[in-house]
Amino acid sequence: MITIDDGVLREMYRRMSRIRRFEDTTKELLLAGELYGAFHTSTGQEASIVGSCMALRIDDSMVGTHRSHGHPIGKGAQLDRLLAELMGKETGVNQGKGGSMHLSDFSIGSLGETSIVGSGLPVSTGAALAYKMRGEDKVSLCFFGDGASSQGTFHESLNIASIWQLPVVYVCENNGYGELTSAKDAVSVEDISVRAIGYDMPGVTVDGQDVLAVYEAVSEAVERARSGGGPSLVETKTYRFENHAVGRLPEHYRSAEEVEYWRTQRDPMVLFRQVLIERGFDEQQIDDLDAAVSEEIVAAIEFARQSPSPPPEAAFTHLFADPAPSAG
Amino acid sequence: MRTVTYIQAVTEAMTEEMERDESVFIMGEDVAWNMMGDCTGMVEKFGTERVRNTPISEAGFVGAGAGAAMVGMRPIVHMLIAPFMYVAFDQIVSIISKSTYTYGGQARLPITLRAPMMYGVSNAAQHSDRPYATLMTIPGLKLIAPATPHDAKGMLKAAIRDDNPVITFEDRSLWGQSGEVPDDDLIVPLGQAAVRREGTDVTVVTVAGAITLGLAAAEQLAPEGISVEVIDLRSIVPMDTDTILESVDKTGRLLIADPAHEMGSVASEISAVVAQHGFWSLQAPIARVTTPHCHIPFNADLEKQLLPNVDKIVTEARALME
Repeated sequence: MITIDDGVLREMYRRMSRIRRFEDTTKELLLAGELYGAFHTSTGQEASIVGSCMALRIDDSMVGTHRSHGHPIGKGAQLDRLLAELMGKETGVNQGKGGSMHLSDFSIGSLGETSIVGSGLPVSTGAALAYKMRGEDKVSLCFFGDGASSQGTFHESLNIASIWQLPVVYVCENNGYGELTSAKDAVSVEDISVRAIGYDMPGVTVDGQDVLAVYEAVSEAVERARSGGGPSLVETKTYRFENHAVGRLPEHYRSAEEVEYWRTQRDPMVLFRQVLIERGFDEQQIDDLDAAVSEEIVAAIEFARQSPSPPPEAAFTHLFADPAPSAG
Repeated sequence: MRTVTYIQAVTEAMTEEMERDESVFIMGEDVAWNMMGDCTGMVEKFGTERVRNTPISEAGFVGAGAGAAMVGMRPIVHMLIAPFMYVAFDQIVSIISKSTYTYGGQARLPITLRAPMMYGVSNAAQHSDRPYATLMTIPGLKLIAPATPHDAKGMLKAAIRDDNPVITFEDRSLWGQSGEVPDDDLIVPLGQAAVRREGTDVTVVTVAGAITLGLAAAEQLAPEGISVEVIDLRSIVPMDTDTILESVDKTGRLLIADPAHEMGSVASEISAVVAQHGFWSLQAPIARVTTPHCHIPFNADLEKQLLPNVDKIVTEARALME
């Protein structure tokens, strides 16, 4: 067990709380009709996200998935510009061009979340290639789900990272379902981490609801990558509390009892609160962290609501990084 | 000035840019082995880190190129042949073409995909495609098809220095052709067509290797009193429609020679642009000399009859004059 000081524990809880409260808010605003689009929330997966991101430096990079409201938050992004993006506002991280499935914040090393399952795996592998070629000690971390482990890009990326010994950490957030289909019916193995053997890299499965377990496993993988030891695969067993997309789909593919079990017995916020109490924090300290986050959320909502929508001509900007020659 | 072949010009472009900029590197299947003969001397000069063999994993290494570009490298990704891009299609479309836009300008993707095209040499349907029209429908990509050694060098260097994704379709029927290149740094801006031969009766716009056919047809038609203006399109996206419209305004007749399949082709797009914006200049219907909407067969004679040739251009041009 690695030692973690109280400041780090506090920051972990704060980031998890930011994700939970951000997602509670987005769901509320979505159902109220103030937000639109397909919403895949991170609720229930906070420990997996924060345990992984806290193992990184700010200048390390991270690539997310379609279910990635939480990932930039875990990496340290401001909430106001994320929420503004979800409202399609000009002040959003992507200036209203990306929305829920494509949040990104390059300033804190979030190289973008991609909505085609498995498409981020090669990208994060390429970032790691760049770090290695330039002799930098940065690490690239790739989030993907159990569903993406069935994509060809998973195989191709892990193979490439292994033969080139790239500084990349693959974090498989196994939340049990790829869209509506259970991993039991779609993935050939119980533990996706065993696939690491096929790529001659370390693989480990951890309890994704235990932020410290995730932090420890990912820290070890990050350290290995940073010191030239090559890639690793970390699988976090987690669960999404909400449906695949909020408010849109039937939920007949999983039982209410199962959802209830995870919500009541395996909630990472509750579990981590208990750990903090055991480590000497008092309830008030934790409540204060939550209260500060709630204030941040209120300010973020206000910021997003007050922000202007992009002008119509914004639809044509950013097609290229610089002005393209006239198309005639 | 020196005389070099197209393929030598490509090698020079890559070598010079790699000498000039540490962030430029090339990767792809068998590049360090110089399998295609277009990386001569490069691994000796730059080593296997920057002339990097990849596994046969097109989605993996094209996407890795995208990721490397996003954090500041300038990868040249060698597709070996253009149809191998299909394996990497999601990375090209969802990641490479869309990241700058979707992330609101935060991402830059200075990546060059080299997509050599071989057709007319009995490789059958899967290896013989000229897929630029497929990619043309996707915003956010620049597509070029240089047709001379001069442009092969100057446009590839411009592509490598461009902060956006560029796919360069190299017609292998041109690889062995020779031409002059200047001794000093050569940059040919993307997005400009080139008038290769001036004429007054028929505008022939050629795409990629069709330049050879267009010029030969013009030569053949000259003694008949038919003056052909030959425009080498060079850049597919952005497309220099101004040069085409100006020429059609002068000649009143348009023929497009495009080796790709006809439906939804570059020839079709040029036809639409001229029909829409140059209609009143036209004295005859627009003619397209392309490959029919049919796959490429293995049998050499069967293949040959499908592809554009000089006779087809000459026949169509004559018909425009009637």
